[in-house]
Amino acid sequence: MATVTKTRNSIRFRGRSFLALVLAPEHPLQEWFVEFDDLLRRSPSFFIGRAVVLDVTMLNLDKATLADLIAKLYDRKVRVMGVEGAKASALGLGMPPAMSGGRVVDVPEPVDETPEAVAAEAAKPKSAPPPQLVPSTAPSLVIDHTVRSGQSIVFPEGDVTVIGAVASGAEIVAGGSVHVYGPLRGRVLAGTTGNPAARIFCHKLEAELLSIDGLYQTADEMDAALLGRPAQIWLKDDVLNFAALD
Amino acid sequence: MAKVLVVTSGKGGVGKTTSTAALGAALALSGQTVCVVDFDVGLRNLDLVMGAERRVVFDLINVVQGDAKLSQALIRDKRCEHLSLLAASQTRDKDALSSEGVARVIEELREKFDWIICDSPAGIERGATLAMRHADMAVVVTNPEVSSVRDSDRIIGLLDSKTMRAERGERMDKFLLLTRYDPARAERGEMLKVDDVLEILSIPLLGIVPESQAVLSASNLGSPVTIANPDSAPARAYLDAALRLMGIDVPITVPTDKRSLFGALFGRRVA
Repeated sequence: MATVTKTRNSIRFRGRSFLALVLAPEHPLQEWFVEFDDLLRRSPSFFIGRAVVLDVTMLNLDKATLADLIAKLYDRKVRVMGVEGAKASALGLGMPPAMSGGRVVDVPEPVDETPEAVAAEAAKPKSAPPPQLVPSTAPSLVIDHTVRSGQSIVFPEGDVTVIGAVASGAEIVAGGSVHVYGPLRGRVLAGTTGNPAARIFCHKLEAELLSIDGLYQTADEMDAALLGRPAQIWLKDDVLNFAALD
Repeated sequence: MAKVLVVTSGKGGVGKTTSTAALGAALALSGQTVCVVDFDVGLRNLDLVMGAERRVVFDLINVVQGDAKLSQALIRDKRCEHLSLLAASQTRDKDALSSEGVARVIEELREKFDWIICDSPAGIERGATLAMRHADMAVVVTNPEVSSVRDSDRIIGLLDSKTMRAERGERMDKFLLLTRYDPARAERGEMLKVDDVLEILSIPLLGIVPESQAVLSASNLGSPVTIANPDSAPARAYLDAALRLMGIDVPITVPTDKRSLFGALFGRRVA
């Protein structure tokens, strides 16, 4: 622990992912709304507090019909936060923003909340309590080769360990800590999912950019005395701290 | 068993085409049958360096698209009977290369030659990725300066992920060919040293080709330097590199041009 340097505060960016339900109405809309109202009747609380993205890829709507569709959903207390697959001309001022991409994940099923169904559910014999969950270890990713320029390792789930170099122009993005057993010449972004306890360790510090929980520092701002040495970097009181490990 | 070798670098102007011609000729001189293939569609140069520009009738694109047979497009070298050239098209662009067509041409070449040397275009786009796609081994040509080294690193990453071998989970042999090296300038700190480059790229060294007037003279003559001036320093470096490609262990040296006493005393060029 020879050298400890501090840095100034800077603007912070965080990546965070939220779960949204994607609602994809189908033609004819009249009939679709009948089905939808039926669902709402059985599970009135399903859409409460849920972010909803409207997928209109199959519909090919103009601006007026799309606005009408969103208004009809609004009347049913469904708040549309984004629209996927709409023509650019159908969007604009006053309309939700266009969205694309997204990863498919599991969503909860609507629960039947009608009095009869609730009663039937209550009448069922209680099943055995769920088995005790074994505390799982935090996931980690081990890369046992050099990460070359232009390669990007993205692992939001946890720690990344690289056995080899991280070349200039390469990038490691981890939700947890990053360990590099070799020269670190590229970029490392640790704790990207909002984890200020994440740290960066490297065998030889020659990084272009280092970031923990959105606070970053470029090579220019790093203490020259640490360059080329084994080092660790951590975050304390929103300040990146550097220390040599030799 | 035919070997497909790609000569690549990422960065332009580092000596891919020169090295392709010189290594191809060196392998051919040792009795192996060699075909050098120009993948730089639209900016073809290998035919010039090989001195065959006035004999090109059909090219790689014609064969890839099935307009000509491979045998019609191959140009036999006049100086070395084991050496053939498959030229690129100057009038087309890289989109004319189809992935299936290239695969078929490479398979056909494998039946005819011991070595198929693919001269990759600069960059990491279609031409470069198709040139490396079917390779068994790669020669990464690098100049001792930072931008070339970083681009080479990027190319090594692509060789390890985008080639057929990598996708089958097999090993892809990669060798570093350091070109335009000037030991005196490296010593003065004006150029990266061999060890610096090796430390960053961490792949085996195939050879060090010194910066030399002989390379330019040979290009202008339209002859690979290993044929035009086999006693010159770069030619000796390429001949040794070719031996290493064939699996013969030759110690790595930086060949130098012989100088007269006067030259040795006063011959240092102004950098």
